[in-house]
Amino acid sequence: MSDAASFAYPADSVGLATPQTVHFDTPLTLASGRVLKAYDIVYETYGTLNAERSNAVLICHALSGHHHAAGFHAGEDPAKAKPGWWDAAIGPGKVIDTDHFFVVAMNNLGGCHGSTGPASINPDTGVPFGPDFPLVAVRDWVKVQAQVSDYLGIQCWAAVVGGSLGGMQVLRWSIDQPDRIANAVIIASAPKLSAQNIAFNEVARQAIRRDPDFHGGHYYARGVVPEVGLSLARMVGHITYLSDDAMHQKFGRDLRAKTYQYGFDAEFQVESYLRYQGEAFSKRFDANTYLLMTRVLDYFDPARDYDHDLAKTFAKAKCRFLVLSFSTDWRFAPERSREIVDALVEAGKCVSYAEIDAPQGHDSFLLDNPRYLAVFGAYMRRVAEEQEACHAS
Amino acid sequence: MRLDLALVKQWVRPDTRVLDLGCGDGELLAHLRDTLNVRGYGLEIDPDKLTIAIGRGVNVIEQDLNKGLSNFSDESFDTLLMAQALQAVQRPDELLDDMVRVAREVIVTFPNFGHWKTRWYLIRNGRMPVSRALPYGWYDTPNIHLCTFRDFEAMCRDKGLHVLDRLAVDQDQQDSVLSRWFPNLFGEIGIFRVTRGGAA
Repeated sequence: MSDAASFAYPADSVGLATPQTVHFDTPLTLASGRVLKAYDIVYETYGTLNAERSNAVLICHALSGHHHAAGFHAGEDPAKAKPGWWDAAIGPGKVIDTDHFFVVAMNNLGGCHGSTGPASINPDTGVPFGPDFPLVAVRDWVKVQAQVSDYLGIQCWAAVVGGSLGGMQVLRWSIDQPDRIANAVIIASAPKLSAQNIAFNEVARQAIRRDPDFHGGHYYARGVVPEVGLSLARMVGHITYLSDDAMHQKFGRDLRAKTYQYGFDAEFQVESYLRYQGEAFSKRFDANTYLLMTRVLDYFDPARDYDHDLAKTFAKAKCRFLVLSFSTDWRFAPERSREIVDALVEAGKCVSYAEIDAPQGHDSFLLDNPRYLAVFGAYMRRVAEEQEACHAS
Repeated sequence: MRLDLALVKQWVRPDTRVLDLGCGDGELLAHLRDTLNVRGYGLEIDPDKLTIAIGRGVNVIEQDLNKGLSNFSDESFDTLLMAQALQAVQRPDELLDDMVRVAREVIVTFPNFGHWKTRWYLIRNGRMPVSRALPYGWYDTPNIHLCTFRDFEAMCRDKGLHVLDRLAVDQDQQDSVLSRWFPNLFGEIGIFRVTRGGAA
């Protein structure tokens, strides 16, 4: 192919990233009790696995994330294309230093970027699963991620890292796979959703499900997508990712025209921004996956199995923890991270915690705030130096 | 290592659990871990120091001491350390109550405002004392609750705390004969080891 021409990638970029797919045909029993007969997981890796296989770092993605966490895909011009979603943190010399670490990022089960999900063909029917795709839970993802670990020959992750919903997977790793994780980095996350969090998710789901083009989730065959509903869902979500301050800084009350138009078109800059974000998202994301992901968030509550006692939940964990939060994050506010930290302290686990002063709200975990990267980097350098094996029992 | 930290170390037993309030860059915690296999946490609010502490691999939690220690359960630590920070919190008396609650033993160090140089500075200049131990102006000092060796003793008495050890040292010498006999006058830094009274 002619576009195989090699681009000049930035020195701190992982450069060309090539997605790979692993197929599993051992039936997977999910937390819901339903069984998935076979499934694909798509993933990317950056850096090199060392001979001892002790330098592997797993990246867990959030609601709308996927396996493309860093670098550029084939044919993408780094001067024009946007890199993977966490390029700010992953690369040579970066916080998750690919000169040292072997980094793995997967698209979770139920996703819409290559792993088996609602848009995949149901082998029993020959048509896309749609709403028949089983609801999954964070613990199912961790189970699948552990299978991919086996496939890659990684017995122990030097660190499992994630923000938001990704942080919840990290938390789950620490208690479900205690012998396979040496360090857990939980960023801008929470031990469970609040009623307010669930309420926002419900508004998003209603927006999608009430879109006339949703067709009860069977929209694929009809050649339509519930674009309006999905973009509304994203608009609501997007508001919760930003802080009041960040919105004020970015848009204030700025108008697109010189003065009021006395109508309902997007007159304020913030309106046109949200509409644009919603529309762009609705073209690249699957509505059924969005429904599924928000439900995964709602259901996450690991302490439920331990008398709602989070300290007891962590009893089996053996890894060291780094917990980070952001001062203006109101989706998963610092207090939510403190719940995790306090429970870890009560359980006598190794934990460090920092609340990063950042104006951008929940989105901060994806950005390159200097203090955030300094603390995170200091921890990851320590992980690299110690390279301690998992505390296998 | 700072002198008061070295002195503190002689009172911490191996293989115990420690909470270090105002742990700074984690130097003491790292040292206790490496030499005595001591486990525990440090609390710190300075972002740069916290980053260094994390780089040392010690457990450090960003926490404002003015908000108390309610997140730690009773007697969850063998020893609680607080080096030169008690005078900088809003309510040292309330924090001390919390400290003796969460740890069996509390080791606290503070600058002794009763030191003869401090007194002499005030008498001679008629101005708030500035020294190596107290290098700030009255308007920008973090030390909002300075006390003397004797003041602290009195507070321990009022609270019914047992004073297991008390020591007064200079900034660079160990304890001298003078500071041993007249700690309130010749000790620049007071070091107390206390426990909760009663059923100790």
